[in-house]
Amino acid sequence: MTSSAISPSVTSRLAEIVGAANVASDFAQLATYEIDRKLPAAAVRPGTSEEVAAIVKFAASERLALVPTGARTKLGIGYAPSRYDLALDMTRLNKVIAYDPGDLTLSVEAGVPLAKLAQVLAEHRQFLPLPVPFANRTTIGGLIASGVDSPLRQFYGTARDFLLGMEYVTGEGVAAKSGGRVVKNVTGYDIHKLMIGALGTLGVITRVNFKTFPMPLATRGFVARFANAETALDMRHRIARSLLTPLTMEILSPGVAELFSSDAATRYERAAMPANVISNTEWALTAGYAGDEPVLERYAKDLQRMAQESGATGVAILAENLPPAWARKREVIPIALASSPATTIIKIGVLPMRMNEALATAQKAAEANNLRWAAMARGLGIIYFAILPSDHTEDWRQRVASAIVAIQEVCAKLAGHATIPWVPAEWKSTLQIWGAPRPDAPQMQKVKSVFDPQNILSPGRFAQNL
Amino acid sequence: MDSQLLRDLKSLLGSQAVLHRPEELMLYEYDGSVEVARPNCVVFPRTTADVLAIVKLANQYQTPLVGRGAGTGLSGGALARKGGILTVFSRMNRILEIDIENQRATVQPGVVNSDLSAAVAHAGLHFAPDPSSQKACTIGGNVSENSGGPHTLAYGVTTNHVLALEAVLPTGELIRIGSPALDAPGYDLLGLFVGSEGTLALITEITVKLTRLPEAVKTLLAIFDSLDDATETVVDITARGITPAACEMLDGWTLRAVEAYVHAGFPLDCAAVLLLEVDGVAEAVQQHAEEVADICRAHRAREVRVARDAHERDLLWKGRKNAFGAVGRLSPTYYVQDGVIPRTKLPATLRRINEIGLKYGFQIGNIFHAGDGNLHPLILFDARDEAQFRGVVAAADEIIQFCIEMGGSITGEHGVGMEKDRLMPLLFSDADLDVMRAVRDAFNPQGLLNPEKIFPTTKGCGEIHVRPLPLAGTPSA
Repeated sequence: MTSSAISPSVTSRLAEIVGAANVASDFAQLATYEIDRKLPAAAVRPGTSEEVAAIVKFAASERLALVPTGARTKLGIGYAPSRYDLALDMTRLNKVIAYDPGDLTLSVEAGVPLAKLAQVLAEHRQFLPLPVPFANRTTIGGLIASGVDSPLRQFYGTARDFLLGMEYVTGEGVAAKSGGRVVKNVTGYDIHKLMIGALGTLGVITRVNFKTFPMPLATRGFVARFANAETALDMRHRIARSLLTPLTMEILSPGVAELFSSDAATRYERAAMPANVISNTEWALTAGYAGDEPVLERYAKDLQRMAQESGATGVAILAENLPPAWARKREVIPIALASSPATTIIKIGVLPMRMNEALATAQKAAEANNLRWAAMARGLGIIYFAILPSDHTEDWRQRVASAIVAIQEVCAKLAGHATIPWVPAEWKSTLQIWGAPRPDAPQMQKVKSVFDPQNILSPGRFAQNL
Repeated sequence: MDSQLLRDLKSLLGSQAVLHRPEELMLYEYDGSVEVARPNCVVFPRTTADVLAIVKLANQYQTPLVGRGAGTGLSGGALARKGGILTVFSRMNRILEIDIENQRATVQPGVVNSDLSAAVAHAGLHFAPDPSSQKACTIGGNVSENSGGPHTLAYGVTTNHVLALEAVLPTGELIRIGSPALDAPGYDLLGLFVGSEGTLALITEITVKLTRLPEAVKTLLAIFDSLDDATETVVDITARGITPAACEMLDGWTLRAVEAYVHAGFPLDCAAVLLLEVDGVAEAVQQHAEEVADICRAHRAREVRVARDAHERDLLWKGRKNAFGAVGRLSPTYYVQDGVIPRTKLPATLRRINEIGLKYGFQIGNIFHAGDGNLHPLILFDARDEAQFRGVVAAADEIIQFCIEMGGSITGEHGVGMEKDRLMPLLFSDADLDVMRAVRDAFNPQGLLNPEKIFPTTKGCGEIHVRPLPLAGTPSA
């Protein structure tokens, strides 16, 4: 464990900005802000965006590196910060600033927990289509900054598609905004899109505006089981060619069923997985859909027909038992992370018709290295491939690294990409966790220089050490 | 213009691809807006290599450079405000690849929007953004402006459908951003470049998503005797959680202008109509169409017509999409605005627009994307009369001011361009604009590319370009 040191005058200046009670510098508290075995010298908890701007301005003048944090569920994504003087804990910015159900728009501070927001929206039968991993803990700012996706992207898209505007603080401590709070707007550059998935390297997100959505009436889940990935994907292709527009669509490997029945799974979703829905010897295709009775019947009928045509060995329709099953599916990444001491998750993006090849390659690479694995593929061409080593010794590292190299090579050939969002900290330096160097890296560097010229925001966490 | 630059351009592109005589340049001094600016020359590249070479020459001669598609834009985005080289992409109009199975297409920027949809219709697909000018406007222009259209209510605007770009930076670098596969690693440069109004790069290749055409579509026309009833209906549809594929409104005055031109069978004696469309699987469409019709009737719709077939549906849409052209027949000039308001503020905003029209003595026609609160008030005036022009600008500013007070925005889909740059400070602080300017300067360091767009210049409002000619028949969003 390493930690940076700062002078007492720094702590006292921070206390002037946010109050002494909101500056932490004792070890026990700082330990909770650990990123890859690095601790900050202090953690600051601003209560307003003005305080955020003042802190960043001060940090910039002192060249202190800071990392914005929310619920701290996804700080493992990316490289360890090269410098880490201050943790900027955003959880006190937890107000819903405005919610206009009639306009279906929302403005919230970055530290608002997603779960709290979901409750507010549910009172008006609305929701944000962001059932992301760590849904019960994550903050809005954290889910935006980490760029995680959700099962509902199949129908609703990712946060990018319904983020209307943002307020943020640049690396020079300037509070600025982009976009607005109306559902259609082309005024000025979409700076807010740059902040999605940037891991806090371009700015500190202080407030976000979203479009909200009416909650669908009745929701159902369809699960078809298959002997192999190929047939499961065949059903995916049939659905894509059909006139159905399911809300979610995933392909699960046999290993996922095993993860779902483990003790680790109950930590994220207590209610049991419904029996006989997925099997740890078969692949599965899952699809969620919603509507009134005639629509539900239509989906059930068409999905059953397509399952049969693709050679499904069995199907199930989930209704009242849907929430626990879908919750586990939503939390497949946290569950995998809790299921091995060295879980490594590879995120693969390929064209939908290349998923079979990508999955086969990943499976072969894992098995050639004697690695336990599980995979969840989203219907649009994103595969989360989890490798579950029994230990994090050098031997295991080598085997994992060898599998990753093979997978990254093939994905590049498939005109796709493979990044490693989650991997043991001590293995990161030997891996290309953001994939092969991208040709547009110089353009990204230009953007970084505009927003954070002194490189004090989450330095080194992001791709190509941006 | 430097005659050596003209010679260089001609030897690069051939003399057929370089225009420079005044009578030729006149054709390119306007777009769909009321702005006017004449380039020094117009060039027509055929390849990315041509574009790279043009950019190199612009740098060599330190000449402004502006990209242009079909020139249907409504904010002066494709006008050469500072003169220089206008680069028109109409000859880069090839569809490079169609990948039906993966629902992707790669096109050159000059491909006409509806041509792409036509090319993939046989597979039951389309390119979802559908600006009303879609039969003329180019996909490169759509990407630059982040264009919308009636069906973006349910399907999203251009930025939601673009996956990758090849582009030439004004510094002469050829870049590729995004990827045909989802979630390209790194910063979302694509999100920045789409909608940057031609101020960051000249786009040379575009990869887009193709969207499945719905199984069933129902188009309804709800006829109202009161404007308030129509706007209240829109508020209620939204509040009840129904998202139609499109929800357009035309007021009675506009409707009569349209009917005289298109003969779509619109009623001549009503206060407003809503053109509503629901789509999806057949079972859902039936249900949603009935719900929408019920809501209309609950708000005193005099009549709710349902298009019986594709022909009737096309006729209704023809009326909507040609509305601007119809109005163009009645007035030498009109000024179209693009303000956005929260949807619940529709009734109040329309009342205010009427008051402003009366105050300044202008006829204002209202036609807009009601479902997402995107207004297009059309203010009729005669641009040959300078006093009228000034009055129009004042009236338009009052409307925009009201939109902003309602929590809205100055442009929903037409762009800021050179028309609304001076309004930007109403929405954004100096700090907001400084960050955006710094982003522009990072990619466009000398400001050679599309200068004096989006961001307010220091000069006041005194400099208004008066359009000398009537504008008619330009379809637009």
